Parts: sequence; structure tokens; C-alpha cells
Amino acid sequence: MNKEIYGNLIFELSNQNRKGYKLPKNDFPDEDVIPEKLRREKEPQLPQVDEPTVVRHYTNMSTNNFGVDTGFYPLGSCTMKYNPKINEQIASDDSILSAHPYQPDSTVQGNLELYFNLQRFLSEIGGMAEFTLNPYAGAHGELTGLMIIKAYHESNGDTKRNKVVVPDSAHGTNPASAAVAGFDVVEVKSLPDGTIDVESLKAVLDDSVAAVMMTNPNTLGIFEKNIPQISEIVHESGALLYYDGANLNPLLGVARPGDMGFDVMHINLHKTFSTPHGGGGPGSGPVGVRKGLEKFLPYPKVVRKTDGSFSIMTDDKESMGSISPTLGNFDVQVKALTYILSLGKEGLKEAGSLATLNANYIKEKLKEYYLLPIEGVCKHEFVFDGLKDKSTGVTTLNIAKRLLDMGYHAPTIYFPLLFHESLMIEPTETESKETIDQFIEAMKKIAKEATENPEIVKSAPHHTPVTRPDDTEAALHPVVTWNDLKQQNNNV
Amino acid sequence: MSHRYFPHTPDDVEAMLLACGVNNIDDLYVDVPDSLKFKKEYNLPSEMSETEIDRYFRNILKKNRRFETVLAGAGYYSHRTPSVIPYLTSRSEFLTAYTPYQPEISQGTLQYIFEFQSMMTQLTGLEISNASMYDGATATAEAMIMAVSNARKKNRVLISSVMNPTVLKVVQTYAHYHGITLEFLKTDQNGSTSKEELESELTKGDVAGVIVSTPNFYGILEDFSGWADICHQNKALLIMNCIPSTLVSIKSPGEWGADIAVGDAQSLGLPLSFGGPYLGLICCTKALMRKIPGRIVGATVDNKGRRSFVLTLQAREQHIRREKATSNICSNQGLMALCVTIYLSLMGKDGLEESNKISYDGAHWLAKELCATGKLKMTFQSSVFFNEFCVTAHEEVLNKITALAMENDILPGVRIDKDKLLIAVTETTDKKQLEKFIKIVQTA
Repeated sequence: MNKEIYGNLIFELSNQNRKGYKLPKNDFPDEDVIPEKLRREKEPQLPQVDEPTVVRHYTNMSTNNFGVDTGFYPLGSCTMKYNPKINEQIASDDSILSAHPYQPDSTVQGNLELYFNLQRFLSEIGGMAEFTLNPYAGAHGELTGLMIIKAYHESNGDTKRNKVVVPDSAHGTNPASAAVAGFDVVEVKSLPDGTIDVESLKAVLDDSVAAVMMTNPNTLGIFEKNIPQISEIVHESGALLYYDGANLNPLLGVARPGDMGFDVMHINLHKTFSTPHGGGGPGSGPVGVRKGLEKFLPYPKVVRKTDGSFSIMTDDKESMGSISPTLGNFDVQVKALTYILSLGKEGLKEAGSLATLNANYIKEKLKEYYLLPIEGVCKHEFVFDGLKDKSTGVTTLNIAKRLLDMGYHAPTIYFPLLFHESLMIEPTETESKETIDQFIEAMKKIAKEATENPEIVKSAPHHTPVTRPDDTEAALHPVVTWNDLKQQNNNV
Repeated sequence: MSHRYFPHTPDDVEAMLLACGVNNIDDLYVDVPDSLKFKKEYNLPSEMSETEIDRYFRNILKKNRRFETVLAGAGYYSHRTPSVIPYLTSRSEFLTAYTPYQPEISQGTLQYIFEFQSMMTQLTGLEISNASMYDGATATAEAMIMAVSNARKKNRVLISSVMNPTVLKVVQTYAHYHGITLEFLKTDQNGSTSKEELESELTKGDVAGVIVSTPNFYGILEDFSGWADICHQNKALLIMNCIPSTLVSIKSPGEWGADIAVGDAQSLGLPLSFGGPYLGLICCTKALMRKIPGRIVGATVDNKGRRSFVLTLQAREQHIRREKATSNICSNQGLMALCVTIYLSLMGKDGLEESNKISYDGAHWLAKELCATGKLKMTFQSSVFFNEFCVTAHEEVLNKITALAMENDILPGVRIDKDKLLIAVTETTDKKQLEKFIKIVQTA
């Protein structure tokens, strides 16, 4: 796109004599106006733009973006797999889009059946007794899960369990969710092989611990093989075991969190179940619980009555409460259900296996050039600790930016925090050997450039719509609205 | 052969296994203890073709009922979504992108979020907006947590009991687990929040924030004159839950002196979608900028001096601050923020005003005509309402009206109590449709 011609903000295209709408005729009598003290005083400054200009503006803007459909997106922990198009088609059915959340149950039996079916499917995949689909995102699911755990302990009269244990390799949302749910956070160190140190865990487990949160495979892509022992000691201490489902993808068809001893889990439908990330959302983070914990799930709940019809239960004494007014991001749930049906039980198993194969293949092909801190098989992702040759001064950030020049999205960088130069690669199962081979060649080329011409890597990217925006300045003097921007321009 | 979503040929798999130094896929799972392996098949359907999937959904979705006239609201309203919106938001560059971590290849997402933030601050009359929250209810709960963390040692929050009860339940849940004491402000006889009670509760001390709504659950425009001053004198923040589409016409949270505005932006062109995805908005004063949860986009320049947008003020967020973050929120409702931004670009202030005028006139005309039937009466006679109002009637009369209306393709509103029906009118309903409903009420 030509930024010179099309790089405006919508506000800069505004003209008070233009409009982009046509409303139905107002055939009602002209009513008294709102009393002055309740009326808006200062006019809001919104753009006034015609329809073709709006369409061209956002179309051009989109070309400055990179999506899974644009190219390879090996962003670790985010499972950027192909987003099937039939998901979108099914989810745009008018009987879904036009349904009001508070319609009588008898008029939304179809929607309730879809919710119920997906809930059952996820229970089967997770090895859990029951799911709620209400949480809006993964972090919201974590919060819901921890609230369920608190409700469980409270129902046992066990009120002193105010701590949640997380490994140091956990996603930032784990400790943050624990804090929002009112817990103190205790961090346990990982062993040199990247797995949880069972001895350190044992040392912190006492009757003040409500839950231990784990990601398995963990954020290094390593399966926590001591999980049977961990499950045993956690449960012996009276705490519950929480499964962060961000990394469920490689376990599809291979192992189920419920069978590993997890009591509560969430699933990111926008990761494992192919719903699009939409530039940051909407996601969906269903939460599953093992047998015995169903009664603590949040309301509203969908229940199947003895006559086979469905109804919504909107209150329940034993429930942890309500974390959403409605049944969650229903339209996203429909996309995930479509995906499960498209893959079927056979396809799901294949997805997990191929994701793991793709990751191991990249790891093996590149470990000669990049520092692999932990040897052995990985699952769906793995972490390099920057370049093997540390003498070049080329950092993980430089490598990430150079990849953008070559037509790839960057891997996740500087996470997990266990290494200084973390470069976390997750290819997913929907990438071909050809794509992956090309990516491997690009990574090798960067390693070579780092030795022969490090400047070109350090000053990357060179070919993107913008290059190295100044984020220090952005944080120092925040300009976060069109109004701020106008004021800044006036001051210059 | 592999599933159609997986490009791997048998030769590819073999070559890749060889490169990994293993014989088969199972060898890549040697670290999973055998006792944990799932050796059965999932009890799930087998792979389906698109035709079979269509059939599956058609058979189930036909059990839904659609209504020609939708008078249901209670926080979520039936507005027209301009055809431009699904067209543009289905562009895969927007749809299939992740959170804009790499600004060089995410200017599309970052720029529309910047535009979105600008529009939200204009509507609410406040200075700062984030990139959006999950929905209006969770945004309200997060604003409550903001108020408590801003007050440091105060832990009480007052909330109007005329708040949408489903929002109230979410806020109560967050308060319970976060250890916040949430107390209700009573409703007066006009369906408004009691100001006397506000004053007496505030003087008891220890209040970090006060949460009210405009229009409130009954569609009433409450008079909040003096509320901000009383709150601020007692060092409490005023939080206002609003319906953003109304804000071009009614006094904005900023104009009332509120510190934080929250709300569900579903009314800005988002389809009802049986409950989601919607979009939560949260705006605040500059003083609270570093307390706001979630993503914020800022403008800056790149190394060639070109205007660029980046995620900024990230030191508040979970991926940096972990348990000390302002919130655990990681995502926003990116694509829904794009919908709202496009909606507001098309509508502008004038379009919103015209749409509000139709809804307002329609609602007031309908209210009068319904009361004239003698079957129903306004629950709150002397209050100012916007495009939604509450009527009271005997339970059996309401049952009859509901059943008859539904038989005639009308969803008559939301039954919020045995004897109360909440009715909303939007620009999608014309006089003819409402006349049909009035006739039904007459015969009930």
C-alpha cells in the first residue's frame, strides 16, 4: 500500500458535509426533547465519512497487517493454526446472529443444543466431567477456574487456603489471574531440564495452598513427566491441580488432562480449536472440572431436561457465581464446534501428532545454529536461547525483526523468562514441509548474516510498512487519542 | 492421506521423522508415561464433509425461532449492522492476526485500535480509553478493582441497585473473590438511585468507588447532578456504566464528572449473537491512566520519522508485572473493536443522533399507546426514559401478552419479573410493527 496516499487516520478524512449512513424514515410523532440537564452538552468529535471512503480506508489499513492467511506465524504459545473458512460461514448464520441472549429458552433450543454438544465434546477431549463455555478468553478461564477452586475450599469450610503455586515458567496470566481471584502467589523454580522441581514443590505445599497451576506440556514445550507424582503430592496436601490449556494442542488424541489428575482446566478455543485471533480477540476460554466439582461451575448454565429439551439455569446456591451475563462468546463457540466436526476424532489426533512433528523437525534442523538449552523431544513448541554464537552481538529481538523482512511473523521472544534470549517457536500442524523448510533456510541465513554482516540484522526490519517505531517515546509521552495527536501537532 | 487441513504427505512425514532421528510419531511422545496415554478413540463423531456439517447445523438451528419484531433489550439491542462491517472484518489480514506484538507488521490492527480509543474517549467525554475489554459486565468489575487499587487502603464499593442485574452478578462475583465489600445503594420511588443514601454511606468512610448506570436498567436517565462532587469530597471514584450509542444525545460520564466510564458497546452495531462476542469499553481520566487494565495503543514515529502506532504503557500488564499487574486480562476484543470503529465511521455523530431520535420517539409513542390500552401501566410514572421502559401488569396478563405476541412474530421485551416487562425500541422497528403489538395488548 502507498502510505503517502492512504496513510491517514479516519478523522483526517472527515468532512462535515459527508455521511456514510441512511436510516429508516422516522414515522413516529416528534416527542418532547430530553430535559436540558440530562442532555449532552459538548458535541463528540466523530468522523463524518462516506461509505466508499470508509471501505477504502480500512481495506488499505488491513494490508499493513500480517495474518495466518498471509504467511507462516510461528508465535510460540499462541497456536497460530489455519482458521478454516467453513467455521466463519456457519457462525454467520442469521438464526445465530439475530438471537437475543434473553429470549425465552423455548425459542433458542437450537443454540442451547449447540452449546450443550460442544460442552460434551470438550469434556470428552479434556477427560473432564463437565464444562462451562462462558469464559470470554483464556485468562478469563483461569480466573473462573481459580474461583471454582476457592468455592470448593470454602464449601469444605477450609478458608485458610490463600495461596496459589505457579512454576517460574508459567504464562504471566497465571499469577495475574491468581491475584485477581484474591490469592497470594508462590513461585517454584524449574529444574535445569525445564520441568517442575518436585522437591521444591513439596517444600511449599501445606494447608495454606489452594491450588497448583500447571501448563503441560509447559511453556518450553516439554512434557512434565512427573505429573503422576505431582498430582499425588498436590492432592495429599489438600490442594487442587489446575491445567492451563494453552498448550493442549500436541496432546490431542494422546493424553487427557483429566486422566493426568487435573481437577480444573481451561481450553483456549482460539488456539487448539482454530477460531481466529482477530488481532487480539474475541477469544473463548471454556473451563472444565472433574467429577464432584460440577456444582461449582458458573451460571448461567445449560441443562438438558428429562424430555430432551434444554433450559438455562440462572442461579444456583452452590455455584461459584457468575462471570458473564450471557453464555459467553457464543459465536466463537460455534466456530470451535464446526472445527471439531470437520476434523472428527481421527483428525484431532492427527492434528496433535503433526504439530509435534513439525516442532521437532525445526528444532533438529536449527539446533546447530541456535542455542538449544534443553535437549530431547519437545511437543508442539520449543525454545532457543538466541544464536549459538554469542560473539556477534545479534540479539533475539534482532532475529525477530529480521524475520519480518523475510516474510514471516516473529516467534514469541523473551518468554519464558528462564533464559535471557528466549525465542519460542510453535509451527502448528497446518504448515507444510515446504513452508517449514523455507523458514529453516531463512533462520540459517540470519545466523550467517549475524556473523558476516551483523549490521543488516541489527538494523532490521528494512522492508516493512514502518520500521522500528519508537516505543520508549510512546511510553514517555503517551499520545493515545486523535485529540492528543492534534495537541501534539499544535505544540510542535 | 492426511486431513484436508494438513499438508503432510506420507513422504514428508517419513523424511521429517528421519531428520528427527526417530522411527515413528510415537517416539516423539516417549516422555508421556504409558499409564497416562489415552489408548481409546475419542467418543466423538468422525470427520465430516462441508455438506454434512451444513446438514448438522441446519437440523439443530431450525429449532431456533426468529422474530420479525424484537423489542427485547436489557443491555443488548437489535440494531442494524451495516453490510460494510462483516465485509471488512472478514478480511483475513484483520481476522487471522494475533495481538499486535510486532508493530512493523501490525499497523492495521494498531491503527484501528487508536481510532477506536479516540472514538470511545469522545463518546464518554473522558481522556483515556484502552483497546477494549471482554464485555460491559467484566469492564464494570475491572473498574471496581481499579477504584480499590487507586484508593490503596479502602475496600468498600457502593453500587446502584438499578444496575442491570446480570452485570451486578458479575461484579458481585469479582468483589467476593477479590475481597471487596460491595454494598447496594437503594432505588427510590422513581426508579433512580437514592442520593440520600449515597451521602450517608459515603460519610461512613472507607468507600473507594461508587458505581451507577446511565441509562439505568429500567431505561431511566437519572439525574446525577452533584454526585461527582460528593464522591470526590469523600475521595471515592465515580464509575458510570453507560450504553455508548446513547451518549451523543445524553449527558456523558465525563460531563457528569465521572472518573471511569464502562459499558457494553454491543449497541454500536454489533449483532446480538445470542450473547457474544460483544465488547466492553473502559475509559478514565488522565490521572488514572496507569491504573487502567488491558492493552493501550499509542502514536509515535519510526526510525524514518513516519507516524506509527505501538502497544504502550505495558508496565501495567500481566506479561511484564505478573501478579502485580493491574489485571489478568491478556486479550482484548480486537475484531469487535474494529466493528465498532467502522460503525462509528459510517454513522458519525449525526447518524447516531438520528438513530437515537427514531428509537426515542418510537419508545415514547409506544409507551403512551400501551398505557392507553389500560392493560399495562408504566412502572415509574414520572421518570425520564430514553428508548427503553418498564411496564407493570398482572402476571397472567403479561403471560397472555407474551404468548400472543410471540405467536405473531413479536418478541415483546424481556420479562424481568412476574409483573414487569422491559421494552426497548430501536431504529429497526417501524410504526406498523408497533401498531401490531399494541393491538395484541388490547386483545390480551
